[in-house]
Amino acid sequence: MTRRIEILAPWLFTIGLFVIWEVICKGFNVASIILPAPSEIWAAALRYWSPLLKNSLVTLWTTLAGFLLAVGFGLLLGLFVGWSRTIYRGLYPVMIGFNSIPKVAVVPILVMWFGIGEVPAILTAFLISFFPVVVNVATGLATIEPELEDVLRALGASKLDVMRKVGIPRAMPYFFGSLKVAITLAFVGAVVSETIAANAGLGHLMTQAGSNFQMPLVFAGLLALAIEGIGMYAVTAWLEGRMTGWAFRSQQSAGG
Amino acid sequence: MIVLDDVSLAYAGRTGPVLALQGTSIAVAKGEFAAVVGPSGCGKSTLMKLVTGLVKPTSGKVTVDGRPVTGPVKLAGMAFQNANLLPWRTVIDNILLPLEIVEPYRSSFRARKDEFRARAEKLLDTVGLTGFGDRFPWELSGGMQQRASLCRSLIHEPALLMLDEPFAALDAFTREELWCVLRDVWQRLGFTVVLVTHDLREAAFLADTIHVMSARPGRIIETRTVQFPRPRELEVCYEPAFSELVLALRNKIAEVRKA
Repeated sequence: MTRRIEILAPWLFTIGLFVIWEVICKGFNVASIILPAPSEIWAAALRYWSPLLKNSLVTLWTTLAGFLLAVGFGLLLGLFVGWSRTIYRGLYPVMIGFNSIPKVAVVPILVMWFGIGEVPAILTAFLISFFPVVVNVATGLATIEPELEDVLRALGASKLDVMRKVGIPRAMPYFFGSLKVAITLAFVGAVVSETIAANAGLGHLMTQAGSNFQMPLVFAGLLALAIEGIGMYAVTAWLEGRMTGWAFRSQQSAGG
Repeated sequence: MIVLDDVSLAYAGRTGPVLALQGTSIAVAKGEFAAVVGPSGCGKSTLMKLVTGLVKPTSGKVTVDGRPVTGPVKLAGMAFQNANLLPWRTVIDNILLPLEIVEPYRSSFRARKDEFRARAEKLLDTVGLTGFGDRFPWELSGGMQQRASLCRSLIHEPALLMLDEPFAALDAFTREELWCVLRDVWQRLGFTVVLVTHDLREAAFLADTIHVMSARPGRIIETRTVQFPRPRELEVCYEPAFSELVLALRNKIAEVRKA
């Protein structure tokens, strides 16, 4: 019984949130231009389902393209950085510095270079999301138990052997864990870029709808963003559990 | 088998160079079971790294198997206080790990995998882990993990087994059980053992010779031959001669700790 409630709980809370929202809008007579009620948003979503879907797919594509670039590049750079202490020390401050630049500030530069469109969105998604991948992979490699490394090195293992047999498998839970963070960030990056300079995508759609005072459509866009974000998060979380289940199971047994 | 001749080792610490070993000389014969005991922080683990070639001495000479040590010796198996099994591999695959690294097994690993598996299973039998090969390390108790770790250090039939307080994290009963496991494996295979420990009873029960180290900078201040006949049973631990030996060792270490 309690298990059933546990499974249903997320749905109940979501529906409850919308019900409260609806009641407040109707009860206090909030103008639709300030905060549209869920029913109005839903109506707008049905009415404009075609452009919503089309732009969602554009955002999905730019996000995924940026994300995949970030994963590939982040994995390689992470392996490189985690390889030796010297590289780790030397490159880490540079990366911190780069990461602390708000990526919104980079969008105009990207637009200057590549023009308005999908490329700046993809690149912004990439730039914002590769950092957690690098840091996680590098951390996974850098925290190999020294005794274990000794065991292997005493057998004559090369650095490459140690990495292949221990470092890389060991870094995998960190890597897949970082994907959840990276996909969310990539999504933010893509939408930010679309909002500033694009001719398609959910960010673009919402900016346009906003300038036409179509608040229900703006919120329908937000809703589409939320659904897309949850979907992508769920996929990476599933992937994580699938690929590195051992890490979770070993924690479980250690805990109980 | 192992000769350390007047070996010193200094490494860079936070506040300048730290002298870990100074003028250490030690000799271990082929097939001998040697134990090294001493106060904590006396450089026992450094000694292990020197013998296996993981660190180079600042001065002096390390010779293993008649050859001066210049890099990792490749013929040593090692086990530590933590079992350090890889959680993503089954017990069998953990034990097979050295064979994926060390020659001549490495190049024929894939072709002879079944043969190696059988060998690992046999080792598991000898340490009392029959049937646990396909489990994952986290499904095993600490004592069982340590047994598996011992198997891993022996799978490539090393001429030299280096043990760094391998039983320190275990409860007293499991520890005595594993003493017997180690004793039996050693008697059957006849490799050379260097056991670093702070458990004097462990050293007295298992070893042929016990080397006592001084406080840092460490060096060997006394070497004792253990005369109890083999094969030894655990009862030997309750004989007066055994207690005398342990007490003598204890006093020696208490003395160097004060100095």
